[in-house]
Amino acid sequence: MKSAQTAAQPAPPASPAEPERRFTTVSDLEIEPVYTPAHLDPFRYDERLGAPGEYPYTRGSYPSMYRGKLWTMRQFAGFGTPEDTNARFRFLRAQGQAALSTAFDMPTLMGYDADHPRARGEVGREGVAVSSLADMEALFADIPLDRVSTSMTVNCSASILLAMYFALAERRGIPLDRLGGTIQNDMLKEFIAQKEWICPPEPAMRIVVDMIEFCTTHAPRWHAVSISGYHIREAGSTAAQELAFTLADGIGYVQAAVERGLDVDDFAARLSFFFNVHNDLLEEVAKFRAARRMWATIMRERFGARQARSYILRTHAQTAGCSLTAQQPLNNVVRVAIQALAAVLGGANSLHTNSMDEVLALPTEAAVLTALRTQQIIAEESGVINTADPLGGSYAIESLTDRLEREAFAYIDRIDRMGGIIRAIELGFPQQEIADAAYHYQRQLDRGEKIVVGVNKYATADAAPLETLRVSNDVERRQVARVRERKQARDSAVVGQRLAAVRSAAREGRNLMPPIIAAVHEECTVGEISDIFREVFGVYRDPAWI
Amino acid sequence: MSDRRLRILIAKPGLDGHDRGAKIIARALRDAGFEVIYTGLHQTPEMIVEAALQEDVDAIGLSILSGAHMTLFPAVLELLHERGVDDLPVFGGGIVPPEDIAELKQQGVRELFTPGASTEDIVTWARTSLQPRG
Repeated sequence: MKSAQTAAQPAPPASPAEPERRFTTVSDLEIEPVYTPAHLDPFRYDERLGAPGEYPYTRGSYPSMYRGKLWTMRQFAGFGTPEDTNARFRFLRAQGQAALSTAFDMPTLMGYDADHPRARGEVGREGVAVSSLADMEALFADIPLDRVSTSMTVNCSASILLAMYFALAERRGIPLDRLGGTIQNDMLKEFIAQKEWICPPEPAMRIVVDMIEFCTTHAPRWHAVSISGYHIREAGSTAAQELAFTLADGIGYVQAAVERGLDVDDFAARLSFFFNVHNDLLEEVAKFRAARRMWATIMRERFGARQARSYILRTHAQTAGCSLTAQQPLNNVVRVAIQALAAVLGGANSLHTNSMDEVLALPTEAAVLTALRTQQIIAEESGVINTADPLGGSYAIESLTDRLEREAFAYIDRIDRMGGIIRAIELGFPQQEIADAAYHYQRQLDRGEKIVVGVNKYATADAAPLETLRVSNDVERRQVARVRERKQARDSAVVGQRLAAVRSAAREGRNLMPPIIAAVHEECTVGEISDIFREVFGVYRDPAWI
Repeated sequence: MSDRRLRILIAKPGLDGHDRGAKIIARALRDAGFEVIYTGLHQTPEMIVEAALQEDVDAIGLSILSGAHMTLFPAVLELLHERGVDDLPVFGGGIVPPEDIAELKQQGVRELFTPGASTEDIVTWARTSLQPRG
């Protein structure tokens, strides 16, 4: 039987007039035909690599790496009502996943309740809808908060969602110091890349530091910020830019917390990172290695941290959503496997593998299972976990690691000269660098200089579509009705007092977490508390650079 | 038909911040000789229609990756209809399933581009399908 014809034309024979083919990474770094000791400048093992679990941590964050503890398999999930997502959480736990990762819907992420006019059409679409503590209660029903590690991907409304998680623990009699997990809460990368914000950078940073300060004292096992390159890469950056802007953001948070009066060694070990992992296997492995070495250097040399645990960059990784294709979606399984392997060879501490259908819609249960199984196959069958940093010492990998480090430090120097990351963001510097890189890559794709299999090469006529998950419009109606009902059932005098306490803490510069926790206990909502931020701090508008 | 440059509003409705596609399309159209006005993120349908009328554009391109396309495209079309401008072409791009594309085209969306479309496809479509208004 004849299969579908490929649309790609055979390559024309090379002619001397044509430019020589360039061999580059996905980020367009030129690669040598072969790497030799001459590319290592010079190879100082103890200083530049060190043993796994030793400064500068190039070879891994822990001595025994995956023999001691596998990376955490953490599939991000969230859609529809809190009950829908709770069912998905329980499914993932039953399939051997020990850690949870919560995706919230856009209204929740942007600080609007489900019944706000701006939430129309978006409730429960890209994540789960949570407007008040009652929703949080349903989301984590029958999940033992003191025995799971929970990640919550939320930023400009993070203080409110974290307050709800803490309030829920208090209701269940679980002390906050027994809670383990991570809240993304990385506002700097929001301004740079993901672009979900409420107030301008300065007050946004103040709220982040309030949360670092609160967690350092009351919830010491909680990671109050997950410094994220993921979205920077998804927005189109190169690997070196992802590395540079992520670590520059990290520098921004550490600097701000130190200026608040915190001792760097009291909070540094609770900062975590979140990197993308794209298709270019060697470049990605080098990126993770460079990230650990750079962060260790920054913490020791720049911030004078004294404890070894403050030097260690611990990172979650997620395969690159932007690399997946709607065409021939089964190919995405292979891309995700290569990317996941790169994350493991790079020494990631936690990993989410994307589902093959995520470019089309939220993933179905079957697609999520294949994604989780991909990690389990790497862990249990591939053998790469047997030894730490198995690619360490490769001339190519070491040379690429050095090169990404040099490029990223050059960016960090430029940002320092601008006056720091907040100033650089205000000037639009990282945003423009990323937009330029994204456009450059798109032009390369359009000219066929970069290949995406099934899209600009080996394309076929439309295949049978995958079955995708659809979120019914009913979710929005039900959620809106619930939020309205609950608002009616509250004691409005108490609600008013609790909101007033949040407002005065916001105005007077006191830590916002205690009054927000008190407010959510009384069912004050995400929208109501975000409105206080809008009122007191003002609203940030997209500068809309092209 | 005038030979002035076509003016296109590239708009990003909804609450999400996925502006990579919108910005690439805005640049590609600008580089291809169109006059492009980019609204920036987090626009309501009301803001988009207001901007389109004020700027007197020849077409509106919406970029939607949040799953809210079945709410936002019809809202823009409806507002244009209320303002008496049924002839202003609306096109778009984003993650839109095939059955929704058919439905939206029936409602009056001129063209929808999905992931994998090249900027050249979009520029060619704009050159051949859009005309200066008025």
